[in-house]
Amino acid sequence: MLISYEWLKEYIDLSDVSPEELADKLTLHGVEVDAVTHLDAEISNLVVGEVISCEPHPDADKLKICEVNIGEEENVQIVCGAANVAQGQFVPVAKVGGRLPGGVKIKRAKLRGQVSEGMICSLQELGFEGKVVPKKYSEGIYAFPEEVIPGMDAVEVLGLRDTVLELDLTPNRSDCLSLLGVAYEAGAILDREVHVPEPKIVPAKEAAEDYVKVTVEAKDANPYYGATMIRDIHISESPLWLQTALMAAGVRPLNNVVDITNYVLLEYGQPLHAFDFDRFGSNEVVVRRAREEESMTTLDGEERTLSSSHLVITNGQAPTALAGVMGGATSEVEDDSVNILLEAAYFDPAVVRQAQRDLGIRSDSSIRFEKGVDPNRVVKAGERAASLIQQLAGGSVLSQPVEYDELNREEKELDITLDRINHSLGTSLSEEDTMNILERLKFDATVKNGTFSINVPTRRQDISIEPDIVEEVARLFGYDNIPVTLPNTPSTKGGLTAAQKQKRSVRRYLESCGLHEAVSYSLTTPQKEAAFEALSAPRVHVALPMSEERSSLRTTLLPHLLDALSHNRNRNLYNVSLYEIGSVFHTDADIVTEQPEEKTYLAGAFTGLWEEHAWQGEKKQVDFFVVKGILEGLLAELKADVAFEKAEQQGMHPGRTANVLVNGEVAGIIGQLHPVTAKEWSLPEVYVFELNLAGLLGKQEDVMRYQAIPRYPAIERDIALVVDKSVSAGTLERVIRENGGNLLADVRLFDLYEGEHVASDKKSVAFSLRYLDREKTLTDEDVAAVHEQVLEGLREETGAVLRA
Amino acid sequence: MIERLQELHDEAMIKVAEAEDLNSLQQVRIAYLGKKGPITEVMKGMGKLSNEERPLVGAKANEVRQSLQRMIEEKEKAFEEAKVLKQLEEESIDVTLPGRPVTKGSRHPLTSVVETIEDVFIGMGFQVAEGPEVETDYYNFESLNLPKHHPARDMQDTFFVSSDLLMRTQTSPVQTRTMEKHQGKGPVKIICPGKVYRRDEDDATHSHQFMQIEGLLVDEGIRMSDLKGIFEAFVKSYFGEDREIRLRPSYFPFTEPSAELDISCAICGGSGCRTCKGTGWIEVLGSGMVHPNVLRMGGFDPEKYSGFAFGMGVERFAMLKYGIDDIRHFYTNDTRFLDQFKHE
Ligand SMILES: [Zn+2]
Repeated sequence: MLISYEWLKEYIDLSDVSPEELADKLTLHGVEVDAVTHLDAEISNLVVGEVISCEPHPDADKLKICEVNIGEEENVQIVCGAANVAQGQFVPVAKVGGRLPGGVKIKRAKLRGQVSEGMICSLQELGFEGKVVPKKYSEGIYAFPEEVIPGMDAVEVLGLRDTVLELDLTPNRSDCLSLLGVAYEAGAILDREVHVPEPKIVPAKEAAEDYVKVTVEAKDANPYYGATMIRDIHISESPLWLQTALMAAGVRPLNNVVDITNYVLLEYGQPLHAFDFDRFGSNEVVVRRAREEESMTTLDGEERTLSSSHLVITNGQAPTALAGVMGGATSEVEDDSVNILLEAAYFDPAVVRQAQRDLGIRSDSSIRFEKGVDPNRVVKAGERAASLIQQLAGGSVLSQPVEYDELNREEKELDITLDRINHSLGTSLSEEDTMNILERLKFDATVKNGTFSINVPTRRQDISIEPDIVEEVARLFGYDNIPVTLPNTPSTKGGLTAAQKQKRSVRRYLESCGLHEAVSYSLTTPQKEAAFEALSAPRVHVALPMSEERSSLRTTLLPHLLDALSHNRNRNLYNVSLYEIGSVFHTDADIVTEQPEEKTYLAGAFTGLWEEHAWQGEKKQVDFFVVKGILEGLLAELKADVAFEKAEQQGMHPGRTANVLVNGEVAGIIGQLHPVTAKEWSLPEVYVFELNLAGLLGKQEDVMRYQAIPRYPAIERDIALVVDKSVSAGTLERVIRENGGNLLADVRLFDLYEGEHVASDKKSVAFSLRYLDREKTLTDEDVAAVHEQVLEGLREETGAVLRA
Repeated sequence: MIERLQELHDEAMIKVAEAEDLNSLQQVRIAYLGKKGPITEVMKGMGKLSNEERPLVGAKANEVRQSLQRMIEEKEKAFEEAKVLKQLEEESIDVTLPGRPVTKGSRHPLTSVVETIEDVFIGMGFQVAEGPEVETDYYNFESLNLPKHHPARDMQDTFFVSSDLLMRTQTSPVQTRTMEKHQGKGPVKIICPGKVYRRDEDDATHSHQFMQIEGLLVDEGIRMSDLKGIFEAFVKSYFGEDREIRLRPSYFPFTEPSAELDISCAICGGSGCRTCKGTGWIEVLGSGMVHPNVLRMGGFDPEKYSGFAFGMGVERFAMLKYGIDDIRHFYTNDTRFLDQFKHE
């Protein structure tokens, strides 16, 4: 909402309050002012000029040479390129030495050999937005609609000696979608009176009801409809004051009648509509629900298809307006209109809102009706518009509007105690303080034994319950004046749950391993996940996606991590290790109606060098075992019992992928990305892992107990085994552990060899075994017995033989 | 014999002096002090001496031995020292060569901000609550006093999944979920960080996905002045002791009265600059006293209980804190961006 400071002054005395001060006060009390714009800030030396003559330029088709009287002794010659410049016009002229918005400086110039001393301006050149400039002048210079004395300050004449406050209104303050509403707000803050204009109509003797009949069929949706008949009007361009007021408010002037309805809409917040009565098509206004599939053309030229949830104004047959939203094309007021029907009505907010949503129209009218207009201003706004039309367009206003009236105009009554107010706010306001605030708000209130009885004016549709009154008192008392206290709650134990703590340690651990934490989008596209899961798998889809790229919810974290690797690689960042913790969304349903299963996953992706110390010649590419080491460390951190088993998984390298088993259950995967998949992302060798993290967190941790340091020495035995290549290291280790009994304290694989001296289908694997007895010193015989058992087990289960 | 001993001593001393390394020194020791050396030889003839002479010669012999011994040891020590010095000199390195890098990863700035804020509120007795990102219409809107067709639903353009399911547009649904769990008994003191989604085109200041932190305190006798107290403590602890706070009336469907929290601009100290658009204040969060309908729907009696709620944008906090000018940086995962936060 744009509020002209000068216009606002018609309703409230602001002589001692600058626009900036007013903006600050409004903002601090709840009506936020986003911007304060002085319309004349960048303009100087702009005067009214009278075009005395206007001749074609001898050497340029599109230019004209104008002799212009700018109120000085001599007329000046100005070369002008506008097609609409003509002799006799009164125009804004920027004199030589003047300035215009955008840093334009006017200099004496020669255009195709002709001297030009100044510039005749368009409204756009004076800083108006194109969309508010009257159509007539949108392609050329502006000409004043009335005679103005040449040499006068054109900034003044154009109403540019004004400041516009741009309000950023919260949805509850629709009362401030009008000058009067803002005046009441300013009045409450400044403790001042508000002057509401008194319409003066000289009614004609004829009665409107002799000409027109009003029937409201949809009574619930339209509790008040008033039609004022005005005859013999003269449509013309509006006077300057009206045009400039509208333009400052961001509304494009059209003609006097339409401009007046817009002016009153801005002034009262009450939308009005003028029909050309001669084009209305009948003598009867019928307000009814639209029929299913009924169509009409609105005045923006669009053909609209309606339904029974929409309300229309009809001539008894066809719709002539979409109630509260937009007029119809057929009965629009045009230059030749003579008799008009002026509508002032109250339409049900929900109905207007529905039409607005269904048809995608937001008009100045619908945004006010959908919030609920003031029922006590409807009739007054109609009278105000009728009086202005009579004043500016002539015509006779027939006596009495024709009305249907079942409108509830009662003020809401609210009771609230002073205690309630003070307890809610932590203040110690007195009855007088509070009463004073209510008076400033112009709320009709009485107080008895600490209880206020308040009649809430109907212009404040947002106030309906006690806390609303508390807020009114608080904001006028000033939020700054509310004391600062701390809650009197019993002390509570704040903190993180076990799972939340563990999630933090996962982050700390991965950071210390050298991984950067990534955060990516939850919305993705099934195509992107197709590398890992069938495209046809059930997914959660967004009903009306903004783009294909963000149309479904991710079921895996990997694709966006791979996107991130690609992004970095494309910027010559080749060594990248990332991890992400985030939600994935799984469903079994093809059509999702229940909340999907939402799991916290942890994934990592690695490419390039893992370690590099260049001048010492050390370089190591990331490989499966780097990632496995990180994962093993992580799972140890989470005290998870973990194992790895070879696995095949779509999108992954078939020979280099494992399932991560926690307590024997698959908790995730680790491995190299399938080279074909990597290529889809234009990536070289990439390793990834992904875990269902949620499943690993939150277990109640046992209190850690210290274990006595062994008092007796351990004995180490190394064994080198030759086995078939197909026997996995994991199997060998398992067999060793199973046969080592209580004495075997630790097993460590320390060598792996294939090649010379070993048969081509065999490999040599060496382990170091540590034996320990916590109760006594081990003898060679003790160890030999167990060790033999281990070797025996290995021979039997894996065919391993000791390497000679 | 005494003269002989003196002669041997002087002779040996010359040899010690001439010795150039440990080895030759060892030779001298063996030659003069060994069991077959001349001093021992001299001593063997002591039996022939008179009782008067014997102790004198004995004393002289000891004196010579000790003197030699001492000289040799001193010289030995000098050689050892020289040897160590030489070794140290050989082992000298260029200490300015780069060290072996220890790779360190980084915490995402959004995580950093969330954890810091969590910790501040944990210190004030709050717990951290979480909730689903795909929410029901009820929890995301209706239970927060936003019935269907409420005009304020327009403030939040929603990604719907079905007629009743949606990507949550705010972390506020966790409020109702937590209140329900408390079954109408206070106090409830939680903050709820999480991802939220709105139908915005991504650009420098908008993101269809972003993070919020919601806070809620419900108990008997909670006043708006308490909200100011908690905010003051939070702002001073998170942004610094010298920051001032200001509350401005605002509107949210789930609070009444509602307030916007501003903090004094750190860049200009309140005199007005580009960051604060000349106002001296920076808007950091929205808040208010919990609307009675919201309390009621969460199972709390609004006649008995009151409370306040607040919500803040994590990206905004991170942008303010680190001077980041484009919200898309948070979701691009460029390592040149992420790497900058490894010491945060
Ligand atoms: Zn500043």
